[in-house]
Amino acid sequence: MKAAPFDYVRATSLDEVCALLAEAGDQERKIIAGGQTLVPLMAMRMARPDMLIDVNDVAELAGIEDRGAHVAFGACTRQRTIERSGVVSDRLPLVAKAVRNVGHIQTRNRGTIGGSIVHGDPSAELPLAALALEATLVLKTIGGSREITIDGFFEAAMVTNIEPEELLTEVRIPVWSGARIGTGFHETASRQGDFAIVAAAAQVQLADNGTIARAAVSAGGVAPAPVKLHAFEAALVGKQPSEAEIEAAISLIDEEIDPDTDVHATADYRRRVARRLVARAVLDAAAEAGK
Amino acid sequence: MSDYVEITLNVNGRDRTALVPPRMTLVDCLRDMLRLTGTHVGCEHGICGACSVLFDGEPIRSCLMFAVQAQGHEIRTVEGLTAADGEISDLQDSFWECHAMQCGYCTPGMLVASHALLEENPNPTDDDIREAISGNLCRCTGYQQIVEAVRMTAQRRRETSNG
Repeated sequence: MKAAPFDYVRATSLDEVCALLAEAGDQERKIIAGGQTLVPLMAMRMARPDMLIDVNDVAELAGIEDRGAHVAFGACTRQRTIERSGVVSDRLPLVAKAVRNVGHIQTRNRGTIGGSIVHGDPSAELPLAALALEATLVLKTIGGSREITIDGFFEAAMVTNIEPEELLTEVRIPVWSGARIGTGFHETASRQGDFAIVAAAAQVQLADNGTIARAAVSAGGVAPAPVKLHAFEAALVGKQPSEAEIEAAISLIDEEIDPDTDVHATADYRRRVARRLVARAVLDAAAEAGK
Repeated sequence: MSDYVEITLNVNGRDRTALVPPRMTLVDCLRDMLRLTGTHVGCEHGICGACSVLFDGEPIRSCLMFAVQAQGHEIRTVEGLTAADGEISDLQDSFWECHAMQCGYCTPGMLVASHALLEENPNPTDDDIREAISGNLCRCTGYQQIVEAVRMTAQRRRETSNG
């Protein structure tokens, strides 16, 4: 057995989970949902919680609901459920494209959207798409709940702004209104399904004259946390979605990203790949929007 | 802390009970407690896919689940892919015929992943097959014969149902 010993509680209600978190005292109590990030961390003893609170039987935490202006995902909704969801492919095509790049079928069958976001792996795809589209997170404690925007939630690699007594219950991803919307998602990895070295997500809306009216763009694997490319997004608005125009703006991302060198790639390589993948994602999104 | 917990799992159609510490993974429980050693344990942190089993019908990695979490669920291991009389399945037969293995370490995971694919999609393209086994590492075959074996199984099933 590789993980350090822990107590295990299989919770059945949100109140039970929040009470266990509130009563932790000096103990480290961790939520386990899909376990696809946490269990490897425990196997390597990088995490050694005193107690695991299993939320897989908490019914309120699973499900996908189309609420018009946004789609709400229960935090424990499986990545595979998202991949198979008609609501997601119709209403959030960027999320549908992103989720197909998450791990493998065996891990998507267990992994959840909430787990992916609260762990904050800098190369993870679902946080990237949720960040591009400015998702709202609902965090619950025994005393109440708060809603926060995802921009600013990712603090550093595997560090997110969630308090020890808080439980992520819902992820709300906005749906853009109007026509001529397209999406693009690109990543480079050693093999399909491996951790992304660099990933880019883009959603674009075109005006009647064919210029970019609205752009949402984010990049992963290029900083300790996924990055929303605010300056680059702003520069795209009003431009024709041509290669030349995107090329003229792409250097703006250099200031917004801060990649490290690691065993997979150098910082310089990540910078070069980020430029290409971001440009490609935007071009794909614009081409799809123009159809 | 971490007192032993009694769990009951339905494994290959039979209810099985085991006394496990919470930190025991499902794959260790299957192999060491229930003596079902067909499922292999490789990397033990969710990279290699050798420990793939069906959990409520869907393929998962049994090294990334604690056995206590499987309480009350249905598990199907590679041993459960054979017919009741012990005869190997058509998929296993195709693996044999195509020589879709050498050392055999990845084979149970490959069989489980391919079995799940064919249950969901009886007419997979080669891309579908490659996607389905992409979470399973094989260091011997170069994957070609494995893809061929899955393709052959699908083709034979179509011929049987048409003929």
